[in-house]
Amino acid sequence: MDLKNLTIEKAHESLRKGEYACKELLEAYLGNIEKKNKELNAYLEVYKDVFEQAEAAQKKFADGTAEMLTGIPIAIKDNILFEGHTSSAGSKILENYTASYDAFVIKELKKAGAIIVGRTNMDEFAMGSSTQTSAYGVSRNPHDTSRVPGGSSGGSAIAVAADMSLVSLGTDTCGSVREPAAFCGLVGLKPTYGALSRNGIIAMGNSLDQVAPFGKNVRDVEIVFNFLSKYDKKDSTSIPDSLRNKLAPSAQSLKPTKIGVPWHLFEQGVDPEVMENFKNSMEKLKKSGYEILDIELPFSKYSLEAYYIIMPAEVSTNLARFDGIRYGYSNQAGNLLDVYKKSRGEGFGREARRRILLGTYVLSHGYYDAYYNKAIKIREKIKSEVVQAFESVDLIATPTVPVPPFKIGEKLDDPVAMYLCDIFSAPANLSGVPSIALPAGKNKENLPFSIQFMAPHFCEDALFNIGKKFEEIRRE
Amino acid sequence: MNIQDVENLAELARIELTEEEKGALLKDFDSILAYVKTIEQVKLDEIAPEYDVKNVWREDKPETREFSRELIVGQFPDSQDGFLKVKKIL
Repeated sequence: MDLKNLTIEKAHESLRKGEYACKELLEAYLGNIEKKNKELNAYLEVYKDVFEQAEAAQKKFADGTAEMLTGIPIAIKDNILFEGHTSSAGSKILENYTASYDAFVIKELKKAGAIIVGRTNMDEFAMGSSTQTSAYGVSRNPHDTSRVPGGSSGGSAIAVAADMSLVSLGTDTCGSVREPAAFCGLVGLKPTYGALSRNGIIAMGNSLDQVAPFGKNVRDVEIVFNFLSKYDKKDSTSIPDSLRNKLAPSAQSLKPTKIGVPWHLFEQGVDPEVMENFKNSMEKLKKSGYEILDIELPFSKYSLEAYYIIMPAEVSTNLARFDGIRYGYSNQAGNLLDVYKKSRGEGFGREARRRILLGTYVLSHGYYDAYYNKAIKIREKIKSEVVQAFESVDLIATPTVPVPPFKIGEKLDDPVAMYLCDIFSAPANLSGVPSIALPAGKNKENLPFSIQFMAPHFCEDALFNIGKKFEEIRRE
Repeated sequence: MNIQDVENLAELARIELTEEEKGALLKDFDSILAYVKTIEQVKLDEIAPEYDVKNVWREDKPETREFSRELIVGQFPDSQDGFLKVKKIL
């Protein structure tokens, strides 16, 4: 089976015609997992019930209820709850936690009969850009195993890039899907905030998190997005249908022609090779008839700084629930206060502890106004300038990541250097607009390049449109 | 920030730290705060922040959920007769 070139539509067609069975498709992927996972550490666990899932999917083909995702092997990030299965968010504090319910996205995938193959490695609680902070070891980039796959959804990216699943889900709080997509040569979509339900996702920053798909091509990502983008009343930030209809983009905005580039944001700090690739990509788009315009986003210059105040604030609140009392890792020594302090001190890894304390600091009396309050005001400014920019352009383009995939072990002792990997990711999460990372060729060392587009709220179709066009022209 | 601030934050966040880590965290915070501090220079005109976000509530009506009691109770670190057991508080 040619998994390298397999797409959802091709697989669906073959399953429908009976060229192979769901079980055989699954076995092809399991074979690769068997061969590669030990080295790459993409999966933390392959679920024991995969063959039952395949059998249920096969029945759907037999009785005519199969849909596009039926029998499609999909990997999920370790922070997405799947009832009866372990979900550890890459953390020791949840090493023994069994999910007591299904996340909304899992419910939907189950209904369609997709095969949920296993859970993938991630930076602890999605905190990181390299999948090196997991309590379950580092993961490796399939293009060069001495390098990081990006993060935090590194395992889900590797699973697709190394043909250990056809598609996968991650979560993107500030580039956690787009950055690993860039490092592993994939398409990664951060949907509009509120498009996909966050119910059953172990939260990092609630005002920023989105479930986000990976695929080898734009069409696969589009299929997964369209399938999962639904209102869910159990997520209060899920956008109801009435508002979705109101926000529905015009026919014109779905066929983008004007691309804005905020050149001033990357005058410095971008690797020369990445810069050259970005300029070439823009040149190719220009030749194909797109208008490339220079735009200014003055407040977005501060987006990563604002993000590193808002996110830890939300982290410190969210992670307060892990206390060694009701579930998860617990050290029962001493009195109640000791249980809290020891369970949390031993259960959380270094980056999680760092961010919890940082969040506690920026929210504390005396610093609240200078940090948190200022940051959310800047966020408002970023949001309005991004929305305003879309009055004159259809899309905004930047490199996805300022640097190529780096070596394992690099940047671990320098948090700010690590945080800077996500500098171009922050504006989309802070403003809630959708954003896509697209493969843009490879460098001399055979490492992938990537470019990123942002579109107005709920204009994912515009991203798919340019993405498909770019797939045609990028090799020219 | 000094080492006492780190200790105070750790106390508030209920996280036990080793002496060695306190020092390392202090160093990290110095560099992270120096970085995020640049937002201080940002001049914001007098905007009444128009937060277009609001709370979304639902009626406070009990609804059934399909949770398995065994799955939840079975994960309690300490329990007695099917109840969650915590250490003496008073």
